[in-house]
Amino acid sequence: MAELETWQEAGFGLYLHWPFCAAKCPYCDFNSHVTARIDQRAWTEAYLSELRRAAAETPGRILSTVFFGGGTPSLMQPETVAAILDEVRRLWPMVNDPEITLEANPTSVEAGRFAGYAAAGVNRLSMGVQSLHDEDLRRLGRLHSAAEAMAAFDIARAQFSRVSFDLIYARQGQTLDMWRSELSTALDMAVDHLSLYQLTIEPGTAFGDRFAAGRLRDLPDDDIAADMYEVTQELCDAAGLPAYEVSNHARPGSESRHNRIYWRGGDWVGIGPGAHGRLGLGGTRMATETELSPALWLRKVTETGNGETLRHGLGLTETAEEYLMMSLRLTEGTDLGRLARLGHRLDDTRVAELEEMGLLQRAGTRLRCTAQGRLVLNEILRRLMVD
Amino acid sequence: MTELSRIRNFSIVAHIDHGKSTLADRLIQSTNTVSEREMKEQLLDAMDIERERGITIKANTVRIEYIADDGELYVLNLIDTPGHVDFAYEVSRSMRAVEGSLLVVDSTQGVEAQTLANVYQAIEADHEIVPVLNKIDLPAADCERVAEQIEDVIGIDASDALRVSAKSGIGIKETLEAIVTRLPAPGGDAAAPLKAMLVDSWYDAYLGVVVLIRVMDGVIRKGDRIVMMGTGGKYPVERLGVFRPAMQNVDELGPGEIGFFTASIKQVRDTRVGDTITHEKKGADKPLPGFKPSVPVVFCGLFPVDSAEFEDLRSAIEKLALNDASFSYEMETSAALGFGFRCGFLGLLHLEVIRDRLEREYDIELITTAPSVVYHLFMKDGSQTELHNPADMPDPSIVSHVEEPRIKATIMVPDEYLGDVLKLCQDRRGIQLDLTYAGSRAMVVYDLPLNEVVFDFYDRLKSVTKGYASFDYQMEGYREDNLVKMQILVNDEPVDALSMMVHRDRAEMRGRAMCEKLKDLIPRHMFKIPIQAAIGGKVIARETLSAMRKDVTAKCYGGDATRKKKLLEKQKAGKKKMRQFGKVEIPQEAFISALKMDE
Repeated sequence: MAELETWQEAGFGLYLHWPFCAAKCPYCDFNSHVTARIDQRAWTEAYLSELRRAAAETPGRILSTVFFGGGTPSLMQPETVAAILDEVRRLWPMVNDPEITLEANPTSVEAGRFAGYAAAGVNRLSMGVQSLHDEDLRRLGRLHSAAEAMAAFDIARAQFSRVSFDLIYARQGQTLDMWRSELSTALDMAVDHLSLYQLTIEPGTAFGDRFAAGRLRDLPDDDIAADMYEVTQELCDAAGLPAYEVSNHARPGSESRHNRIYWRGGDWVGIGPGAHGRLGLGGTRMATETELSPALWLRKVTETGNGETLRHGLGLTETAEEYLMMSLRLTEGTDLGRLARLGHRLDDTRVAELEEMGLLQRAGTRLRCTAQGRLVLNEILRRLMVD
Repeated sequence: MTELSRIRNFSIVAHIDHGKSTLADRLIQSTNTVSEREMKEQLLDAMDIERERGITIKANTVRIEYIADDGELYVLNLIDTPGHVDFAYEVSRSMRAVEGSLLVVDSTQGVEAQTLANVYQAIEADHEIVPVLNKIDLPAADCERVAEQIEDVIGIDASDALRVSAKSGIGIKETLEAIVTRLPAPGGDAAAPLKAMLVDSWYDAYLGVVVLIRVMDGVIRKGDRIVMMGTGGKYPVERLGVFRPAMQNVDELGPGEIGFFTASIKQVRDTRVGDTITHEKKGADKPLPGFKPSVPVVFCGLFPVDSAEFEDLRSAIEKLALNDASFSYEMETSAALGFGFRCGFLGLLHLEVIRDRLEREYDIELITTAPSVVYHLFMKDGSQTELHNPADMPDPSIVSHVEEPRIKATIMVPDEYLGDVLKLCQDRRGIQLDLTYAGSRAMVVYDLPLNEVVFDFYDRLKSVTKGYASFDYQMEGYREDNLVKMQILVNDEPVDALSMMVHRDRAEMRGRAMCEKLKDLIPRHMFKIPIQAAIGGKVIARETLSAMRKDVTAKCYGGDATRKKKLLEKQKAGKKKMRQFGKVEIPQEAFISALKMDE
């Protein structure tokens, strides 16, 4: 059998980063910026230019997904999204049923643009609802109320056949019962997909600073957080939205195909400030990065026609371990055949040890985390990584 | 050679921060011993560590020439003595080298415990003592009260105490006059055979070993062949001089004089504080009384954090030991910590000074195991041995009984904290010997086991008294008690570096505290870990560290992969720094932190 290239094996997608937000959330460590005025025309031109640059080195590839992430892409004007998607369709052949996702905040203003996005070709919306309680939304620095989010969600459902939303749990003061009840409500609303993240305190964020100063109180301890995770699995399974990844749940067949490209080790083009990409080029897996600062990125693209700041080939071990790290997040797990083709072999003794502890499971050519193992994935990875 | 009647030898006794060094500086300055340009604050404390901690470790000396009101030129020799109990023997030798002391007391603070220990040494050496009330220009100064306290607590007349502000230069002239008129001239016979006391010695990069001496009888000259009566070492005197405070050569030193010589001595180890120096021919037949070799009382293991640095540590320790006869070391192997050294010290400060120097001057990161004292083991077969390391404790069935070193501790504290201090001493198996009041300060004297003090007693004392207590101690010999070795087992494996000797009655309490501490210090593993304290085969305390249940990155998408992978690699590298015990990884800081008791 001829070897498939990674984009054929695990898909080829486009990630487009829109770096602006109306406000910075205290928990967020993504590349997001708050700015008073955005010249959407200049930004559109820059994105189009970057698309053309990326297309030139990926001729003939069939694009299966597009993802507008951020920041808050629902601050983009529908015309901007339309211009980008028109150019995408012109530059790459696409699969018959491309998945085109846009991340949106559930405010009334943004909901007003949903129809425009749908008309531009967006067919999946991922909404940052985060909580169904007003008090918690305020603490999380969100600009919408629970009622507003529900209203925006209804509008989204009318416009898009696929709608997902995010919730953050293991929040300050949250008990197991509170989460159980909030998640039940969310599952009643859910269409086909939910992203359920445990609150993570990242250094360099407002929460990180507050935590370091001992002023972020009443966070559930690890044991309660683990209980919450288990309850999450239980309720989602019962509602027919099992986990297909650590924090992602979907009705079978409605998984995020774009995100699965990352976890399955496929290829994607990353454009926009701070976007990372992975491309198999001439037998080497290339990692790309772009200028992080929005202003500098715009200038760099406008003046030099290239927003990239870094491009390097990943070594075989690096490629294999990255694939392992990403794929073990998936319920379907890692394809050991693929690791073998990269010349990578896991330490049998350590795998056996982890199997014995009930954290890993081998099934044919696949290696998977058990439900218990997925909760301690970082430790599993540290043990499986080459010393 | 100076006429005896024109010599005054003195030391300054003071608590840290009461202004000893500042006063010494002023005395030197006002007699033009050094030029303004050469003047550095606190001239006499040379080592970085001494300056930082405000303490004197090595004895320093300076010769001051002063024309008194009577029109005569006097030679005043100041020996700045070590100010810490760890160096009590060195202090006692310095005290024997002079005839009088200035007792400096901060007039805003009053007498402290440390002052007491040194002033008693001065009294024991038959010193004439001149009280000096310092910092009198501060608003909080209370000379009457402090003078009264000196009389009450120390029992010396303070009615004509000098009133000084060393910082502002008040009372300096009066101090110099008092040294001449109130302190006695030294005695001694220039015609008798040479007897000089070795007060201190140190290594100088250019001159080799420099020996500080006080001549008691006879005359020492450049070129003389001398012998050290304690060690038997014989040397020709190459260079003879005095400190002003820079070295200044002289041809001879007679009775009552203080100075230095060099004599191609290779190592400081070859010189012993308190030894008697005489001439090789026609020398004294009897040495000066009171010479004793210093004996380490506190031991701990020093291991390099990075085991690859073991040879660097060995070479650094050897170099330090050349300059410090009181510091002993031998190689030690620990299952937990690899190769290192078991080192002996005069006390805790000595330990800290050596450890600081190894880390700072030699740039070696160290793991220090719990300090331990020397126990005397009496075996059932009648033999007797010393135990320096709890891990080496033999099977209790062959031990008849164990003796431990005791100390007499003097603590001075404002009475509002007295209750806490008494409780602390009681908790540490102390026996109260005395409790007296001087104004609003209490002085308590306790008989305490050294092993209860050696680790964190001073830290605890400072914390319960908000730093207002002062503390000093002296060794009081050995006494039998019900002492047992307590082992700590982590995941059923004994961890040697955490073994300790404890009193049987306190074992449960200490064991529980250790297990609780370790439970917090050891990170969770993938499996649950029992942590036990045991005496012999009997478990006396137990905690269980539950298994790690959650360690997963909530969000990991395409843009996060590089960063998250680097983080995992960093964490994996961090784990390598931990010490492996069977399947359990224990962080280095746990070995010391586990022993600290938060009572």
